Amino acid sequence: MSDNTNNRRISYRAALHDGLREALQQDPRVFLLGEDVGRYGGTYAVSRGLLDEFGPERIRDTPLSELAFVGIGIGAALGGMRPIVEVMTVNFSLLALDQIINTAAIYHHMSGGQFSVPLVIRMSTGAGRQVAAQHSNSFEGWYAHIPGIKILAPATIEDARYILAAALADPDPVLLFEHAALYNVEGELPANETVDIKSAKVRRKGTDVTLITYGGSLPKALQAAEAMAQDNISAEVLDLRVLRPLDTEAIVASVRKCHRAVVIDEGWRSGSLSAEVMARIMEQAFFDLDAPVARVCAEEVPIPYARHLEEAALPQPEKIVAAVKALLGERA
Amino acid sequence: MIAPPPSGPVPYARDFAHRLLTDMLRIRRMEEKSAELYGAGKIRGFLHLYIGEEAVAVGALHALQAEDNLVTTYREHGHALVRGMSMDVILAEMYGKREGCSLGRGGSMHLFDKRTRLFGGNAIVAGGLPVAAGLALADKIQKTSRITACFFGDGAVAEGAFHESMNLAALWQLPVLFCCENNLYAMGTALENSESQTDLCAKAASYRMPTIKVDGMDVVAVHEATRQAQARVRAGEGPLFIEYQTYRFRAHSMFDAELYRSKAEVEEWKTRGPVHTFTARLKQEGKLSEEEFLALDAQVNTEVAAAVAFAEAGTWEPVEHMLADVYTPAGSQP
Repeated sequence: MSDNTNNRRISYRAALHDGLREALQQDPRVFLLGEDVGRYGGTYAVSRGLLDEFGPERIRDTPLSELAFVGIGIGAALGGMRPIVEVMTVNFSLLALDQIINTAAIYHHMSGGQFSVPLVIRMSTGAGRQVAAQHSNSFEGWYAHIPGIKILAPATIEDARYILAAALADPDPVLLFEHAALYNVEGELPANETVDIKSAKVRRKGTDVTLITYGGSLPKALQAAEAMAQDNISAEVLDLRVLRPLDTEAIVASVRKCHRAVVIDEGWRSGSLSAEVMARIMEQAFFDLDAPVARVCAEEVPIPYARHLEEAALPQPEKIVAAVKALLGERA
Repeated sequence: MIAPPPSGPVPYARDFAHRLLTDMLRIRRMEEKSAELYGAGKIRGFLHLYIGEEAVAVGALHALQAEDNLVTTYREHGHALVRGMSMDVILAEMYGKREGCSLGRGGSMHLFDKRTRLFGGNAIVAGGLPVAAGLALADKIQKTSRITACFFGDGAVAEGAFHESMNLAALWQLPVLFCCENNLYAMGTALENSESQTDLCAKAASYRMPTIKVDGMDVVAVHEATRQAQARVRAGEGPLFIEYQTYRFRAHSMFDAELYRSKAEVEEWKTRGPVHTFTARLKQEGKLSEEEFLALDAQVNTEVAAAVAFAEAGTWEPVEHMLADVYTPAGSQP
C-alpha cells in the first residue's frame, strides 16, 4: 500500500484522463485518434483539454470510419508510432472487427514473428445507463476469445489511472474496455501505483465463496459481499482485470480456499467469458468444490431501454446474494 | 488524367530495359512453376497467379525507393519477388516450409518481409488500405521521405474500407500511392455487374484525389506513370490513385472453372501480353537479340529450378514451436 497521505479522491474518468495525459507527455510516439476525441473533448470526456495541450497532430479527430481508423492505428503502430485508438463504444467496434481480428491479432504470428503491432484500442462497454440495445453491449468476453490480442477491463480508480502505461509498454495489440457506468465513480487514488496486465487481483478477502468478476460488475460484487458480511457470509471478490490471457492461477487459488464460486459477467450467458471461467474451474479445481459453480449474467435479451427492464436484465447485487445463498444451502 | 501511351522508342538504357524484361519473366516462370507444383500437391491452399499482370508489379515497383513501404494483396508473389524477396524464400513459404519468409505460417497469400518493408500479403479484400494509410500517417508524423504503395484489385472498390481509407488519406494528405490493379473481375464478378460507377478514377476523384489511368499491359507506360505519381506523393502533394488496366490470363485461383468469361476474351487480351509485347518491342528497336533473350530466359529458368530445390530441401517448423509468436516474446521491442 502506498502512503495514504498522498492519496487523492478522483473519478474513474479523471483517472483515465490523467493516464492518457501522462502517456502523451512521456512518449512522443504516442498519439490519440478517434471520433470526437479533440474538439468535442471525448464522448465520455476522457480526453477533454488534451487537444489544447498536445495539438491536433496528437489528438486527432476522425470521421465515423471505425474500420479505417482502427486500421490506421495498426499501420501507424507498424510504422513506429504508439497510437491509442479510441472507439466510442464496443458496439461501434464491430464496424472495425475485421481490422482487429483479421489484421491486428494475426500480424505477428502470420509474419513469422517479423512484425509486431504495438497498438492500444480503448472503448467504452456495458449497460446501465438506459441507452438501449445498440449502446449497451458487453463484447469484451467475445474479444477475449481471440488469440493474438490482450483484453483489459480496468474496474478501479488505480487501474483506470495506471493500466494504460502497461498497455502501451506491451508490444502487441491491447484492447482496453472502460465500463460506461464507472466513469463517474469516485475513489481514492493511491500515489505512485503501477499495475501489471498479467494478474487478477483480490479486491476483498473472504473464506466462504469467491465472487469472480471484472469491469462494471466489480462494484456490484463488492456491494453484495458487504451485504452478505452482515449475514456472516465471508465472500472473496476476485477482479479478473485481464480477460485475455486469463489469470487461471488466481482463479484456482481463490476457489481452493473458498470451495464455492459465483461468476458475475455482464455478457450474455451462452458462450460467455463466465462459461470459460467455469470451465477452467472444472478442469483445475473440480475436487476443491463444495457446490457447483454458479453464475450471474445478463439475461439473454437485447438490453431494453426502460429502467426497470434494464435493471432486471443485468447482474445486480441482490441476484449475486441470491446466487451465493443458493450455493450455501441451509448454512445461509 | 489518362496517361498517354508513351510514344517513340523505349526510353531506357539497355540494362534497365533488360531488368524490366527479366523481372517480368521471373514472375511468369515462377508462376508457371507454381501452378505445376500445385498440380503436384506441393503447394496447397489457395494459389492466385499473377500471369498476365506482370507489367504492373515490375513497372510500378521499379519506380519506388528502397525505403518505401509496400502493402499488397493475396495475389502478391510478383510484388514480393520484384521488391527483393528471393524466389527461394517465396517458394519455400508456398511449400509451407520453415525457410519461407513467414516460417510457412502464411503460405502463398501472406508474404511478409521486414527487410524490404513488405507488410503483407493481405487476403481480406481492401484490408490493406487502412494499414497503408496508417503506415503513411506514421511517416508523415515522423517527417520521413518515405511513401507507402498500396496494391489492391478492382474488387476492393466495393468495400467500405476502400472508401473510408481514401477519404482519410485525402483528408490528412497522407503519402500513399493507391495502386489499383483493375483486371476487370472480382473473382468471377465483372466490374459492370458490381459497380454503378465503373470508372474507378471517378471514385477516387470524388475524394479530391488526383488520379492516373494507365495501360497496365505496357511496362513502360506503367513505369513512367508510377514514376511521376510517386514523385508527386513524395513531394507532399498527398495521396494519389493510379489505375492499372490489366488482365489476368489464368483463373482467379486454382478452384475456378472460369464460367464467367469467354475464351475469346482471354485470347484477345493475351495478344497484349506484357512479356511478349515488350520482348518484341526491344528486339524491334535493336535493344535485345534473340541470343540475349534466350540467355535471360535460361538464367530465369535456372533461378526457378534452384528455388524449387531450395523449397524441396526445406524443413517443417516443429509443431512445438507452433504457439510461438502468437504474442511478441518478452524483451523484444517492435
